[in-house]
Parts: sequence; structure tokens; C-alpha cells
Amino acid sequence: MNFKYLFNRIFDLSIVLIGVSIIVFSMIRVIPGDAVAIMLGANTEITQEGMNELRSRLGLDKSILEQYFIWIINIFKGDFGTSIWTGRPVISEIYINAWPTIELTALSVIIGASLSIPIGCFMAISRGSFSEIIIRVAAIAGLTIPSFWLGIVSIFLVAKFYPGFIALGYVPFFESPSENLKRMILPVFTLSLPMIANLSRLVRSAMLDALSQHYIRTAKAKGASQFSVVFKHALRNALIPYITSVGVSVGYLLGGSIVIEQVFAIPGLGRLVLGAISERNYPLLQSSILVMTAAFVLVNFFVDLLYAVIDPRVSKDD
Amino acid sequence: MIKIIQFINKDKLLNFSLFLVLIQILLAVFAPLLGFKDPYEIVVLDRLKSPNYMNFLGTDHLGRDVLARVVYGYRTSLLTSSLSVIISLLLGGTIGLLAAYYKGIFDRVVMRFMDVLFAFPILLLAIGIIAVIGPSIWGAAIAIAIVYTPIFSRLIRGPALVICETEYVESAISIGASDLRIIFFHVLPNLMSVILVQSSLLLSAAILVEASLSFLGLGAQPPIPSLGLSLSEGRNFLLLSPWPAVFSGLAILFLSFGFNLLGDCLRDRLDPKLKSEFDNKL
Repeated sequence: MNFKYLFNRIFDLSIVLIGVSIIVFSMIRVIPGDAVAIMLGANTEITQEGMNELRSRLGLDKSILEQYFIWIINIFKGDFGTSIWTGRPVISEIYINAWPTIELTALSVIIGASLSIPIGCFMAISRGSFSEIIIRVAAIAGLTIPSFWLGIVSIFLVAKFYPGFIALGYVPFFESPSENLKRMILPVFTLSLPMIANLSRLVRSAMLDALSQHYIRTAKAKGASQFSVVFKHALRNALIPYITSVGVSVGYLLGGSIVIEQVFAIPGLGRLVLGAISERNYPLLQSSILVMTAAFVLVNFFVDLLYAVIDPRVSKDD
Repeated sequence: MIKIIQFINKDKLLNFSLFLVLIQILLAVFAPLLGFKDPYEIVVLDRLKSPNYMNFLGTDHLGRDVLARVVYGYRTSLLTSSLSVIISLLLGGTIGLLAAYYKGIFDRVVMRFMDVLFAFPILLLAIGIIAVIGPSIWGAAIAIAIVYTPIFSRLIRGPALVICETEYVESAISIGASDLRIIFFHVLPNLMSVILVQSSLLLSAAILVEASLSFLGLGAQPPIPSLGLSLSEGRNFLLLSPWPAVFSGLAILFLSFGFNLLGDCLRDRLDPKLKSEFDNKL
């Protein structure tokens, strides 16, 4: 990886992050009507003093440019503001709720990414017009099956046939690793299924592409075994497009986890976001969206770098 | 017309997906004429019935007919998601076309902005937009439209850039055709296959996003018949009667599956090279 490529990527990254922060910042300002009145209206009587007090607490009485810079500088200091209702720092609420989401997303990425390689390879080897159609239909079905429906149905089936199995809720990993993982089985399964469907299809087509290359013919000609041809020669090259897709999938999983957390009663960032909307707790909502998006952007940034390390041609073209 | 029929007839899977999509669209469009029960009618005595002779798919927790709720749910779902795809196609497509044609500073600035919107996880951005404009079916449609605009703009810009470099566009410029004429008569017609395929695929994804939003209570509001909403209501009565949840989920699956398969088959027929990076961003 050359230095110029790295510099360009960092430049892109900072532009995108600044843009994201401006959009998230504007959220509260473009709400139709008076955001402060809406926020207070959720559960207290609205008085002029109350509105003025909240307005100055949120810094809404300053000029818009000033507000943005104060907001962004505070975020760099780790101060995301205080939650309107609980009065606790927003960052501590995000911190508590982030772990279940991180665990859910990370486990789903690991499961989805690792299962899709063997499945995709198998699909590439077993070619034929009939299995072709089955694979295609199954992959699309896996992609379009509503994950929350799958979650609900699996909860129902578990409750019906294994009444002792607790499928809902969340136990921190360090409290009881076995309980934690037991409760993660169903959410991870439902969340990673579309990813498996999508990625294994991608691995399959990349494998077919790689298997038709000249170096595979050379490898076969020199007497390499089928196993070594598929897993050593073809797979390595097939993995290049796969890595980008894994990075993009993280965004899908972060979004999907909002719904899945709701289905399985997991107290993660998704629940925080939805709770913040119903409480009209805009500072909390803004910060949660900002943190989740920044995480997604950073993951993709590192995937880009990884991509350039694996395939040096990428950074040379730039 | 004959050409279209010939084109379709060769591919069994394409036939099947077209059939699946058409039957669901027809069901949604003509639902009031087909003699289904009133999806709003509450029959307190018939709550949570299993499928039977009177109610083919059973009843929900308020005694409403599940079959009617599902069919009318198709209407809500198709209306919202197709509206949002059309809006985002018009917005994003125009942006992508203009960016590809004019290039330069316009291209760079506008596409940067699209990159920023694209950086958000799709569902999260949609939720954020709804938090601002308020939860309703129209809110969901607008949110999905905004979220899909950068996707369409990037999908259109790529192929449009290639077309803008071709000789026929160059010759059109050299004989003095106006910009609008070139864009509408020379560039756009060549993008039709991309537009057709991606609209179908994105519609399939939009159906899922709309259902997710309604499921979270951020889309259609009760008592509107909505598939996602029925699913979230049915969830609370799962052990008493799983049918409302099961059938509304299956309906979402069939709808989304049909459009995805259709887009996939069309892509195979129209342009096998048209694989995109957006496939996995639901």
C-alpha cells in the first residue's frame, strides 16, 4: 500500500465524517415546529421559562455555526451532552447499550462470513442446471425473508417445542458466558441469514470466475489435487470482492440489529434509538445515530485498507 | 408486443417471477372488487380464530379477518414502497445523469453529498428521517425515498459515464444537439435496462424496509392494514394464535421475493455483466 493511497482514503474518510456530522446536527433544527416545545410536550407542562431553560441548555439560543462548532468540539472531548430526561451523560447510556449491539453484530459477521465461504465453494463445484435454479431461488429467499418475521417464528417454535429454553433478553457475557451465548443463538441466526445467502452467492460467482482462469489450468496440469486447486488457488483470488461485501454487510447488520433487538428484547443501541424517538429525546437520538454511523464508516475505511493490502493493484490505480 | 412475449417465454424462472409479481399487484389493485371482508370490521366474539370456513386465514386479536388485512396490507405496502422507489428514481436518476453528463465541479460536489448520505446504514437513516418528519405511511415513503436517492444516483452515474464517452454521444454533440436532447434521447434510452433491473431489486428491498419501519411503529399507524404492523400486533398473541403473524410475514416474503427474483432474472436476460455492489445493502 502506498502513502498516497492511504492519504486519499483518510481525506475521503474525513469528508464523509464531517458530512455525516452536519446531517445529524441539522436533524434537530429541521423538525417542523419548535423542537423544544415538542421535547417538553412529551411529559411536562410547557412554560416559557422551561422552554428558555431547555433552549439554553441545548445551546439552541446561539447562532447556528457557533452551535455546530460547540457541539463538534464537545464530541471530540467525549461530551455528547446530557440526556434530557434522566440527566445522565448521553455517552454513558450509549456505552451501556453498545455492548449487546456490538456482540450481536460481531457474532453475526463472524458466522455469516465464515459459513458463506464453504457454502459458496460447494455451490461453485456442484454445477448443473437444476441445482443452479435451487441455489438461485434459495439465495433470493434468504435475502428477502423478513428477519423480524423469522425471529418471531423461531421464538414461537422454541416456546412450543422447547418450553424450558429462554430465547429472550440479554445477559452480559462476563456475568454468565453460557447464558449469554444461549440467548444469542436465535438473534444471530436470524440476523446473519440474509448475509449468508448474499455472500455465499457472491463467493460462488467469484469462485466460478477464478476457476476459469489460466492459472487454475496450470495448477491442474501440474497435478495439484482438486482440494488444493479449489481452496488454495481459486479461493484466494475469489476472496477479493468478498471482503468489500463483508464491510458493506456491517451496515446492513447494524440496521437489522435495531429490529432484531426489538424482537428479542435485547437492550442495545436499537432500543436506545427507538426509546429516544418515543421520548423525543433528540440529543440522545442524535448521538446514537452519529456513533452507529461513524462505526460503520470506520469499518468500511479499514476494509478499504485491507483490500489494498491484499490486492496491491487497487492502491496503484488511485 | 410479440417481441416482449417472445423475450419472456424463453425463461421459465422469469415467467414464474412475473406471474408471482403480477398476481400480487392485481390482488392489491383490485382488492375492493374481489369481495374480501372489511379489513376494519371488528368482531369481538371472533377473536384470534384459527383458519376456518368463515375466515380462511383466521382472525386477529380484534376479530378482524386476516385474509382481508393481508390483501389490503399488500395495497399499503406496494403503494408506499413503489412511491418511494419512483421518487428516488426520479431524484437520484436525474442527479446521476446530470453528474455523468456535466462532470467537473457539479459532479464532484453532488456525488460527495450522495456519498455522505450513502454512509449511513439504510434503516438507521430512515429511522432518523422519520424521527424528524413524524411516523406515518407517507413519512415512511419519504424516508425510504431519501435513503434510496444516493443509491440510484450512483447506480445511474456509473453506466451513464460510459455512455457519455461513446461515439454516438460525441457525434450528437458535434452536430449541435442540445444537452437536454442528448440526455433524453441518447443517454437515457441506453440506461433503460439498468433502471428496470435496479428498480425491481430496490423495490424488493423497499418492501422489507417499509415492513421493518411499520413493525417498529414508525410507518403505518393503526388501524391501517399494514403487513409490518400486523406482524408486530400478532407478536403479542403468538402463543394464543400464531396465524396473523405467520400470514402477514409470509405475505411480506412473497412480495419481496417476487420482485427480487424478477430483477434477478431481468438482469440475467438484459445484461449478465450488470452485477452491482449494492446488492447486499438492503
